Amino acid sequence: MSTTFRLFPQAASTTANSVDALYFFLVAVAAFFSILIFGLIFFFAIRHRRRVAREVPQEVRGGLTLEIIWTVIPFGLVMVMFAWGASVYLEVARPPDNALQAYVVGKQWMWKTQHMEGQREINELHVPVGRPVKLTMTSEDVIHSFYVPDFRVKWDVLPGKYTTVWFHPTRTGKFRLFCAEYCGTKHSGMIGWIHVMEPAAYESWLSGGGASGSLASSGEKLFQDLACGNCHRVDQPGRCPDLTGLFGKPVRLADGRSVVADEAYIRESIVNPGAKITAGFQPIMPTFQGLVTEEGMLQLIEYIKSLSGRPAGAQAPPGTAPAPERQAAGERGPSLPGSAPEKR
Amino acid sequence: MITATVEQKHYLNAEYGLKSWLLTTDHKRIGLLYLGTITFFFLLGGIFATLIRLELLTPPGDLTNSETYNKFFTLHGVIMVFFFLIPSIPATLGNFLIPMMVGARDLAFPKLNLLSWYLLLAGGLLSMWAMFAGGVDTGWTFYTPYSTTYSNTYVIATALGAFIAGFSSILTGLNFIVTIHRMRAPGLTWFRLPLFVWSHYAAALIMVLGTPVLAVTLVLVALERAFRIGIFDPALGGDPVLFQHLFWFYSHPAVYIMVLPGMGVISELVSTFSRRRVFGYGFVAFSSVAIAVYGFLVWGHHMFVSSQSVYASLVFSFLSFFVAIPSAIKVFNWTATLYKGSISYETPMLYAFGFIGLFTMGGLTGLFVATLGVDVHVHDTYFVVAHFHYIMVGGTLMAYLGGLHFWWPKMTGRMYPEGWAKLSALVIFLGFNLTFFPQFLLGYLGMPRRYHAYPDEFQVLHVLSTAGASVLAVGYLIPLVYLVWSLRYGKRATANPFGATGLEWKTSSPPPTYNFDVTPAVTHEAYDYRALAEEETEGVRVG
Ligand SMILES: [Cu+2]
Ligand SMILES: [Cu+2]
Repeated sequence: MSTTFRLFPQAASTTANSVDALYFFLVAVAAFFSILIFGLIFFFAIRHRRRVAREVPQEVRGGLTLEIIWTVIPFGLVMVMFAWGASVYLEVARPPDNALQAYVVGKQWMWKTQHMEGQREINELHVPVGRPVKLTMTSEDVIHSFYVPDFRVKWDVLPGKYTTVWFHPTRTGKFRLFCAEYCGTKHSGMIGWIHVMEPAAYESWLSGGGASGSLASSGEKLFQDLACGNCHRVDQPGRCPDLTGLFGKPVRLADGRSVVADEAYIRESIVNPGAKITAGFQPIMPTFQGLVTEEGMLQLIEYIKSLSGRPAGAQAPPGTAPAPERQAAGERGPSLPGSAPEKR
Repeated sequence: MITATVEQKHYLNAEYGLKSWLLTTDHKRIGLLYLGTITFFFLLGGIFATLIRLELLTPPGDLTNSETYNKFFTLHGVIMVFFFLIPSIPATLGNFLIPMMVGARDLAFPKLNLLSWYLLLAGGLLSMWAMFAGGVDTGWTFYTPYSTTYSNTYVIATALGAFIAGFSSILTGLNFIVTIHRMRAPGLTWFRLPLFVWSHYAAALIMVLGTPVLAVTLVLVALERAFRIGIFDPALGGDPVLFQHLFWFYSHPAVYIMVLPGMGVISELVSTFSRRRVFGYGFVAFSSVAIAVYGFLVWGHHMFVSSQSVYASLVFSFLSFFVAIPSAIKVFNWTATLYKGSISYETPMLYAFGFIGLFTMGGLTGLFVATLGVDVHVHDTYFVVAHFHYIMVGGTLMAYLGGLHFWWPKMTGRMYPEGWAKLSALVIFLGFNLTFFPQFLLGYLGMPRRYHAYPDEFQVLHVLSTAGASVLAVGYLIPLVYLVWSLRYGKRATANPFGATGLEWKTSSPPPTYNFDVTPAVTHEAYDYRALAEEETEGVRVG
C-alpha cells in the first residue's frame, strides 16, 4: 500500500523509469561537486590555517587555464542535463496516438473524471495497466495541477483552456493523485486515487453500470437539448457550418486565416462564437457561455469528434446509441443537460 | 565610573534624539534604520514559519484550519521576500558600506535614500494592516485567477504594500548605480573596487530594471480585482498564464537581488580571513553582471507545466543552465582563494564556509529544477521549497549574518562575543540542514507545496524538518541577544579588527559622520594584503 513510510516514490509508469534514471544522474553530479567543494574547503581550511598573526601569504594569481577548465567542464555537464531533460520532457509532453482517452475537470476542490464510455468519477480514476492513457483536462474555476508522483507526471489544469497529460501505468494498484497548484482553502484536500487495474478487471469495472451512454451520446443529447441542430444541420447547408467531418480538419476563417478544428477551437466557438468566423458564414451564433458546463463541453466535443468517424471508445456508431434517460428534475441539484450520474 | 578617554565624535553620537534619526540623511544611520526594520520583519516572518512547521508536525490539519494555514504561508512568503530578503543586505550593509568602500561621504542622493526607507516602512505597514484586518491567502505569488476573482482576502492591500516597497528598492538601486559611477575616490578604478561593490552594482541593475515590471503586474491584479477588467481571468476574456509570465519576469531576477549582494559579502569575507586577493577577481566581478543579465532571460523555467509552449520551455531550460555557469565560477574561485591562504576561523568566516556549502547545494539542486523532465515531477513540491530555501536562507541569510558580524564593529564600535557567535553559527548551520534537507526527499517523494494536511507516509520527514526548524530558531535568537548585549558590554573595536583591506577599515569604528577626515586616494588593487602590512608597519614606525 502507498500509505506506508518510504523514502522514494514507487515507479509505476514508464515515465517514472525515465525520470528516475535522469534524477540519479543529477544526484551523482550534485554529490560529486558537493563533496568536492566541501572537501576542498575543509582541506584548505586546515592545511592553510593561520599560523602567524597578520602574515601575508604568498601571492597566487588567478590562472586563466583553471578558469577555462571550471567553465568548460560544468558547461559540458549542464548541456548533457539539458539534452537529456528535454528528451524526457518531450516524451511527457507528447501523448502517443494509441492512448486511451479520458477527461478530467478540476474545480475547487475536487477532481471530476469522465470515461469515453460515460462513467464518471470523483477524486478517482480507474485505468487499465499496460497501455498509455491520455487525459484532456480543464478547470471550472482557478488553476489546478494534476499530479501523480508515482507516475512522475504533472500538468497544470487551467480554466478556459485544454491541457493534456498522459502516462503508461506499468503496475496495478492504487496511486495518489494530488493537486499541485495552490487553488485556495481546501487545496490540500483536492486529492484522490488512480486505480490501475488488470485489463480484464478494468473491462468489467467499465461494464459495471452507472454509466448512461457514452460521452459522445451524452454530447448528442446535449446538442439536441441546446437546439444546436436547428442551425448546424446536415440536410440544410448554408446557415451554419456543417459539423460532419469537422474535427481535426483545417478551417478557413472569414479573415483569411486557417485554424485546425481541435478541442480548443470547438470550445471557443461555443463560448465565444464571434472569435473565429468560418469563411462564408455570418456571425449569427449566440454565445453559450454559462449554459454549458465544462463536462458538458467535453461531451459536445466528443460528439463532434464522433461525427468525424473517430472511434469513441468501445461504442456503437453515433446516433444509434439510445439517448440517455433524462433525469428527474431537481433530483441532483442544478442538474445539467446531458449529465450522467456520477460514480463515487 | 568615569572613563579616562574622551569619547570620540562619530556618526552615532554626533546628534541625539528621535528627530536626528527620523530625519537623518546619513547613509550609515539609514542603514541602521533599515537594520531595525528588517530585523522586525524577519522575526515576524519567522513567527509564521514556526507556525507552519508546527502545523506540519502531524498529518491532519489540527493546529489551525485551512484558511488560517494558507494565510500563514502567504504572510511568511510576502514578509520574508518583500520586506526582509530583498532589502536585507543591500539596504543595510550596502547602504552602510558602499559610500565608504568607494571613499565617498554619502550616497549620491541622501534624501532619496531616506525616502526609500520610509517607502519600505509604508509598504510594510500597509501589508501589516492587511494582515491584521484579515490577512491574505493567495501565496506570495498572487497567481491568477485565484487572486483576482476567487480569493476573499485582502489581496489589493497586500499587493499595494509590496508595490510601495518596490519603489524603495528602485530608489536604493538608483542610488547605488549613480554612487558607484560618479563618486569613486581618486585612483579607485572599476577593477580596484571591492567585489562587494560589483555585486551590489549588478543587483542594483535588477532592482531598477525589474521592479517596475512587478509594480505593473500588481497594479493589473488590483485593477482586475477591483473593476473586473479582463486581463488574467479567462471568464473575463483574460489569460492566467500571462500573469505568470509577468510575475516571474521580475520574481526570477529578484532571486538575484537577494543572492548577488550575499555573494559580494562572501567575497569580502573569504578574502579577509584568508588574507588573499580573491582568486580570479575579474571573473568573479563579471560573473555578477552575467548573472544579472541572464537572470532576465529565464523566467519561463517556473512554467514548464503551466501550458506554455513546449518550445518555449526548451529555450527557457537551455538558458537557465547558462546561469549555473557564473555561479559555479564564483564557487570555484572562492574555494581557490583559500588555497595557500592564511586562514582563520572567526565567526564571519564560519558563515562564509556555510554559505559556500549551502549555496553549492542550492545551486546544484537548481540544476534539477532547470532540467525539464525532472521539473515536471518536482515542480510545486517540497523539492522546490527546499531548493529555494537553500539559496535564500542557506545563501542570502548566511551571508547577511556573516556580513553583519564582520561589519558589526565598524557599525557599532563594539565587538560581538566570539564564543557565542561561533556557537550560534554552528547551531544555525546544523538546524538549517536538518530543516531543509528532508524536504528534498519529501519533494521527490511527491509531497506538494502549500498543503495544510498531508497523507501519513510523509510524516517522518516532516517531523525531522520541524525538529530542525526549532534548532534553527534557537540559532537565530542567540545572535539577537548577544548583539544587543554587545552594544553596551562588547569590547571596543579598533579601526580594523580583522586586518581587512577595504577603505571602510581605514576610518575609525564607528566612522565619523562624513566617513573620512580626508578623501582617501587609492593607489593599489583591492585585497592587497602586502600593501596593508606595509602601511601598518609604517604606521607603527611613524607613530
Ligand atoms: Cu490545488
Ligand atoms: Cu526562477
